[in-house]
Amino acid sequence: MKCRVCREPAVIDVRRQNANYCCEHFLRMCRDQVARAIDEFAMVQPGDRCLVAVSGGKDSLAVWDLLVELGYAADGLYIGLGIGEYSDASRDHARAFASSRGLKLTEIDLRAEYGYDIPTGARTAHRAPCSACGLSKRHIFDKAAIDGGYDVLVTGHNLDDEAAVLFGNVLHWQTEYLGRQLPVLPAQNGFPRKVKPLVRLGERETAAYCVLRGIDYLVDECPMAAGNRHLGYKDALNQIEAVSPGSKFDFYFGFLKRAAGHFRSGAEVDQAELRACARCGAPTPGEVCAFCKLVDQAAQPRTVTVMLNQRGHS
Amino acid sequence: MKVLLRNPKRELEIEGPMSVVALLKRLDLNREAVLVIRGDTLVPGDAMLDDSDTVEIRPVISGGGG
Repeated sequence: MKCRVCREPAVIDVRRQNANYCCEHFLRMCRDQVARAIDEFAMVQPGDRCLVAVSGGKDSLAVWDLLVELGYAADGLYIGLGIGEYSDASRDHARAFASSRGLKLTEIDLRAEYGYDIPTGARTAHRAPCSACGLSKRHIFDKAAIDGGYDVLVTGHNLDDEAAVLFGNVLHWQTEYLGRQLPVLPAQNGFPRKVKPLVRLGERETAAYCVLRGIDYLVDECPMAAGNRHLGYKDALNQIEAVSPGSKFDFYFGFLKRAAGHFRSGAEVDQAELRACARCGAPTPGEVCAFCKLVDQAAQPRTVTVMLNQRGHS
Repeated sequence: MKVLLRNPKRELEIEGPMSVVALLKRLDLNREAVLVIRGDTLVPGDAMLDDSDTVEIRPVISGGGG
C-alpha cells in the first residue's frame, strides 16, 4: 500500500475514503477533518475558551490534542467515577497526557463531591450503570463549563458514536432525541454550547491517531459497559461497514443533511419548557432535576461490593 | 508469530507468513473494529507477517463517547 499523498509506504488504510496514508499524512488528514468539522458547524470561534471532557480514553485525548494542535485554548476536566481499577487507570492516563503537554486538567471525584460512585450509586438507585454514569457526567461537565466561564464544552464523540446513537434512536423512533442529535448544541437555557469535533473521524481513526502520535490512552473498555446496547449497535454497523465502506458516514451525515431538521421543532418545544432546578439551578423540565434525584437515591455512606462484568471478545 | 489480544488479554502463536488481512480473517475479526500494531506503529492490511513478528491486535470500539 502506498500513501495517497506522497506515495511512500502506508501505515493505515481508510476504506471509506478508498485511501491509504503514511504516518505524516494520516495525522494531517485527521487535523483537516477536525478543522473542517469545526468550520462546517461553527463549533468554536477564535478566542473561545474550551473545556474538554476527558476520560483518559482515545477519543477524549485525541480531541484535546487536536484542538491544541489547531491552536485553540483548551483545558480538561476529568471525573473520578469510582469504577475500581478502571477509574484509577483512566485518571492516570488523563494526568500523564496533561502533564506531558503542560495542559490544565481539573479533577472532580464523584464520591468526594456528591457522596456516591457509579457501581454503588447505580445499584442503590436501581439504574443501569451507563444511565447513572451518563447523567452524572452530563450534569457535572455542564456545570463546570458554566461555572468556569468556558465558551464551549468539547466531547470526544466520534462518527461511530453518533452513527450508533442515531441507529438506536431510529430503531425506536425516539423523535425527541433525533431533534437534538447534532454536532453542535447552542448555549441556551442554562446549558453551555456543546460540540463534537470528531464527528468526521471514525473510532478506528481516533485510535490510530493516538498510536501514531504516541498518546498513551486507556485501551481497556469500561467493565460496566460490557454488553450494553450501544456496543451492539456499533457491532451491527461495523458489519455493514465491512461490506459497504462509507455506510456509517453516509448514514449520519445523510441524517444531518436530509432528516434532522424534521425533528428539530419537537426538541425546541422540549427546551422551551425548561426551568431552574429548585436544588441546584440546573435546567430541568420538573421541580428537581434528574441529577439531584439521582444524588438523593445514590448517595450512601459506604461503598458496597459490585461484581463487574468483563467483555468477552477481542 | 506472536499475537497479543485484549479483552480479555491473551497471547496466541500463529504460523506465518500471512498477511494482516488473512490473520484477521483467521481470527474472525472485523477490520473496522481493530488496529494491528507492530512495535510503535501500525501495520496496514496488505503487510506480510512472519514467524519472527510480534503484533498486537487492539480493539477500537468503546462503549461511550470519550
